[in-house]
Amino acid sequence: MAEERTRREILGKFAQFPCAAMLLACCGPLASLAQASERRYNAKDHYYGMGIQVDKCIGCGRCVEACKAENDVPREPFYFRTWVERYQIRAGGEVKVDSPDGGIHSFPPTEEDKDVLRSFFVPKLCNHCDNPPCVQVCPVGATFKSQDGVVLVDQDYCIGCRYCIQACPYGARFLDPRTSTADKCTFCYHRITKGLLPACVEACPTGARVFGELKTLASPLRRMMRMSKLAVLKPSLNTEPKVFYSDLDGEVR
Amino acid sequence: MAERFEHLRAALGQVQGYIYPNEIELHWGLLVVLYPYITGLVAGAFILASLAKVFRVKEVEPTYRLALLTALAFLLVAPLPLLAHLGHPERSFEIFLTPHFKSAMAMFGFVYAWYLMVVLLLEIWFEYRADLVRWSEREHGVRRILHWLLSLGSRSLAPEAVAFDKKAVHVITLVGIPSAFLLHGYVGFIFGSVKANPWWSSVLMPIVFLFSAIVSGIAMVLLLYYLTTLLRRRELDMKCLDKLASFLLYALIFSRLFMSLTIVQILIGTIGPLLLLAAGRFSSLPAELKRVSYFIAALLVQVGIFSTRWNVVIGGQLFSKSLRGLTAYKLELGGIEGLFTAIALLVLPFVILFVLLKVLPPWPEARERPELATPGSAAGEGVEAGEDAAEDAPLGA
Repeated sequence: MAEERTRREILGKFAQFPCAAMLLACCGPLASLAQASERRYNAKDHYYGMGIQVDKCIGCGRCVEACKAENDVPREPFYFRTWVERYQIRAGGEVKVDSPDGGIHSFPPTEEDKDVLRSFFVPKLCNHCDNPPCVQVCPVGATFKSQDGVVLVDQDYCIGCRYCIQACPYGARFLDPRTSTADKCTFCYHRITKGLLPACVEACPTGARVFGELKTLASPLRRMMRMSKLAVLKPSLNTEPKVFYSDLDGEVR
Repeated sequence: MAERFEHLRAALGQVQGYIYPNEIELHWGLLVVLYPYITGLVAGAFILASLAKVFRVKEVEPTYRLALLTALAFLLVAPLPLLAHLGHPERSFEIFLTPHFKSAMAMFGFVYAWYLMVVLLLEIWFEYRADLVRWSEREHGVRRILHWLLSLGSRSLAPEAVAFDKKAVHVITLVGIPSAFLLHGYVGFIFGSVKANPWWSSVLMPIVFLFSAIVSGIAMVLLLYYLTTLLRRRELDMKCLDKLASFLLYALIFSRLFMSLTIVQILIGTIGPLLLLAAGRFSSLPAELKRVSYFIAALLVQVGIFSTRWNVVIGGQLFSKSLRGLTAYKLELGGIEGLFTAIALLVLPFVILFVLLKVLPPWPEARERPELATPGSAAGEGVEAGEDAAEDAPLGA
């Protein structure tokens, strides 16, 4: 028995070597090909969007902090690529909205909990509109929509006229005081083109933010969109936002 | 930068309700208020000038050249507040090199260049050409050289040449009226096309801008005509003043439909001048009192139109796009976008106008007519008579 096993083993070993060698020979170029295609980012193959699950947001403000740190956004409370709003809807129908320091240090306790009917947090950021009014008004074309659907600003080309800031209905843009050019959320373009997630998505402890492909059916974003009741902000302006909110309250503007 | 943050922190304390955090900084400040105010004066002054030429309103003829020069002086200054306001003025030429044709703002350069080069400079040159030739023949020194240079080598004083000048002026004015509407209606369009801002987003915006432009332009020329005539110790042409005032009155009544807001804009800027103008126009006040009431009315109109611009530009940015709150605008004194820059930019057109008036005097007595035996010594009356004769000549031909 022992002899037989040894023989089988030996034979097996003999067979393994050429097989492994062949596999290796095949895999090597394949792997490097795969690597190369991964390195060469092709904007045409992607179309990005974001989903925000309002009911999952706890208003911790980690996304705001992560965004400021990752993108070197000025620390002063007048410049935000993303921020979190808190809505408190009182019994009388009165709505109180606040976002102290963009929600970066989370929120103070509600003053009178008694008559607050419901309260929720809404993270906001550039909607990367499919029909972006900011892009339309830029006199020099310094702000543009890239092939992967991300609205970007060319800092070396922007003349600082601030027309785009006026045209954005969501208040998502600001003038960077250091460069005197317009600035806004880029979906962390430097990260997503390397296959990473935007900083805010990565920092979110509850998974309230879902980032992904809009045109690939199997993407996490598309799954979230299938499973939720969706809304976008200010749909009447026909900007066609690519940031989709689930369970969004009608009071949110 | 610390100063800027301090400024914004102060604004943060004045916020009412909820505004988006990026909205605390009010982006289009005093300088952007100046821009539509100044281009409005240009368009208004030009439309007044065209009243004289195209619509042959004889009474306003004495202000024709003054109106043209006023338009030029203000047009030269018009882009400066915009430049000073840009984050990167040194990149502004990109608007010409790589204009984004879907942007209303990208058209600025072209509209401006068209208006300055094709309309205003050409019209002024044709209007002054014959005089430039005569002046350079008679004068000495710097003025002679200057006028000789300005005549651009066109030295003919033949009747056909002068007739051609007249025809050219007429054609350019015809092109100029829609251009003036374009120049200023376009400024209204910049604001009116911002759908994100409910205060601005309106198809009526260009029309509001146009009418207020006409009002402010006529009032400005009236003021300048009044002041320059007084300073030159000449008699005001009351018929001209009356006509100017009635145009101002009609324009005011029209634009009143769209205006709103603030004591300044309605009470001081509109109702005050309306009463004054109406009193001056339709009652038998003594000429002396009439003059004063026109003058005050024109002055008030300037205040009113400036506040209109203020209310549109600043007012539109005071409320949040979240429609839940208001921010505050605190005027800075110093700095490139401050009050002093604005005042300097408002004074500059008058300085330019002063130089223009020296180089190209629009006064009737400065005009030299070949039919007048002793040029320069003619009284105002005689010149006007000569003018009328000259005016009628090409018509009859």
